[in-house]
Amino acid sequence: MALTVEKVSQLQDITKKMRIDIIDTLYKVQTGHPGGSLSAVEIMTTLYFNHMRVDCATPGCPDRDRFIASKGHCAPVVYTTLACKGYFPAEELGNLRQLGCMLQGHPDMKRIPGIDLSTGSLGLGLSVGVGLAVSAKMDNKDYNTYVLLGDGELQEGQNWEAFMAGAKYKLNNLIAIVDYNGVQLDGTVDDVMPLGDLRKKFEAFDWHVIECDGHDLVALDKAFDAAKQEKGMPSVIIAKTVKGKGVSFMEGKNTWHGKAIGKQEYETAIAELGGSI
Amino acid sequence: MKAMREAYGEALVELGKKNPQVVALDADVSGSTRSALFGQAFPDRFFNVGIAEGNMAAMAAGFALADKIPFINTFAFLMAVRATDPIRSLIAYNKLNVKVVGAYGGFSDSYDGGSHQAIEDVAIMRSLPNMKVVVPCDEYSARASVEALAEYHGPVYLRLSRNEVPPVYNETNCPFVIGKGNVLAEGKNVTIIANGHMVHLAMEARKLLLAEGIDAEVIDMHTVKPIDSELVIKSAAKTGAVVTAEEANIIGGLGSAVAEVLVANKPVPMEFVGVKDVFGESGAYNQLLVKYGLDTPSIVEAVRRVIAKK
Repeated sequence: MALTVEKVSQLQDITKKMRIDIIDTLYKVQTGHPGGSLSAVEIMTTLYFNHMRVDCATPGCPDRDRFIASKGHCAPVVYTTLACKGYFPAEELGNLRQLGCMLQGHPDMKRIPGIDLSTGSLGLGLSVGVGLAVSAKMDNKDYNTYVLLGDGELQEGQNWEAFMAGAKYKLNNLIAIVDYNGVQLDGTVDDVMPLGDLRKKFEAFDWHVIECDGHDLVALDKAFDAAKQEKGMPSVIIAKTVKGKGVSFMEGKNTWHGKAIGKQEYETAIAELGGSI
Repeated sequence: MKAMREAYGEALVELGKKNPQVVALDADVSGSTRSALFGQAFPDRFFNVGIAEGNMAAMAAGFALADKIPFINTFAFLMAVRATDPIRSLIAYNKLNVKVVGAYGGFSDSYDGGSHQAIEDVAIMRSLPNMKVVVPCDEYSARASVEALAEYHGPVYLRLSRNEVPPVYNETNCPFVIGKGNVLAEGKNVTIIANGHMVHLAMEARKLLLAEGIDAEVIDMHTVKPIDSELVIKSAAKTGAVVTAEEANIIGGLGSAVAEVLVANKPVPMEFVGVKDVFGESGAYNQLLVKYGLDTPSIVEAVRRVIAKK
């Protein structure tokens, strides 16, 4: 079912709030990864506010959809999403990365309600998704497992082992999303280690490939619909995004992969995002 | 006498019959590890992931998240080095209920040579928080360890030998509690703490030593982590000297674990029998054990040295 105008407007409000929360949080704690969080805001919003079957009142429900942030450094966008969904009070965001806090630098399932898997070391999440998706089929459960991958992360070889396994077990209940922002810590993905033709690669691995604008809420919604309707193979959504999306001086800049935000930068960013200080 | 891998494979099948949540994964060596026996008995609960050890370990993390009890299988050296990242970052970090089984431990993949022999696996696994490390010594303790692993909720590294090992235990007598060493023989002059293949050699050494008037206590320390500190301290206090014997690098394994306990609690003279920080080579298993100092005479010599230091 296509998104209504009202729903799009509601989701847009959430993305706006999430971006402001991410910048607020990272400015306050002066540590963390803004670039790859801002690129995934629409993806996370579409998942948690329109597609995933989750309830913050029962974070351990065995029938819930699962989400794995394989690119664990996008913890800020994951945390703001969970806070928006009511898993924990938004005030917790202010303690990000601080000693004794719940919100560790990278997602920690032992401390945080709503985190289905601790991540951080790149290239492992999709394999875990395969294990979860196989388990769902064994147990006759209808939950889906969603795995958010970074494009740079695809340089880790284990991803491709997992792509093979997903095809072998015909996991149509496994949906991978590539946050294709084209930039990694040391530079552009094309410079550091080019990925080549991702669509052809995924197709050659026998995955259902969907490409979309990763900042277009309507296009993302359709992409997830198409993925969920797939009956015979796992799906991967290549979501074309912009690293640092929404903050002009961060957009497309590898220097903003994980850098502390200065006062002037903070004020500019919040103004651009339509927030107030 | 049954090979340890055979006993393991059979025990896994027995466990599978009792517990439908048990699943097994292998990385294309199921004929060697004998996880194939589980695959034949329970084809729907067996996953051969191909030559992809990291993917196997991480998939198992997914199974554990869905409340299954996965046993992952490959050669011990591959488990310890090819699958270390998911074992560390997913299984140990999250304390997931995955049983990590390293087959062909020590020199037991003897003819394949140094590339395939696992001397570092125990030290690597022991250094991971939340990970328990178990090294059974014969077919009976291998069998008992599988049951003990399943009863414990959390990650365990089980290190097996490929080979037939002269039995230390028997059908009716094989106590196995994770974290509790077994005193196989009481003694008063020296304590030999061994695990794996070295246990039966320690018992042989005890006989030879008795002829010299040395009464050795022998402990099967099948759990390297958590080490049975209480037993180590008690025995060292009684005998006043300790020799450890293991089929692994002396850096970071059983000897190190025992030394850590003794230095802090009951310093006594100590000697280490183990692989002296070198890689192995091709050859017959028993020849390798002799060449690399993992035989009965090496234990006897170590005992003489440690007693001279008392």
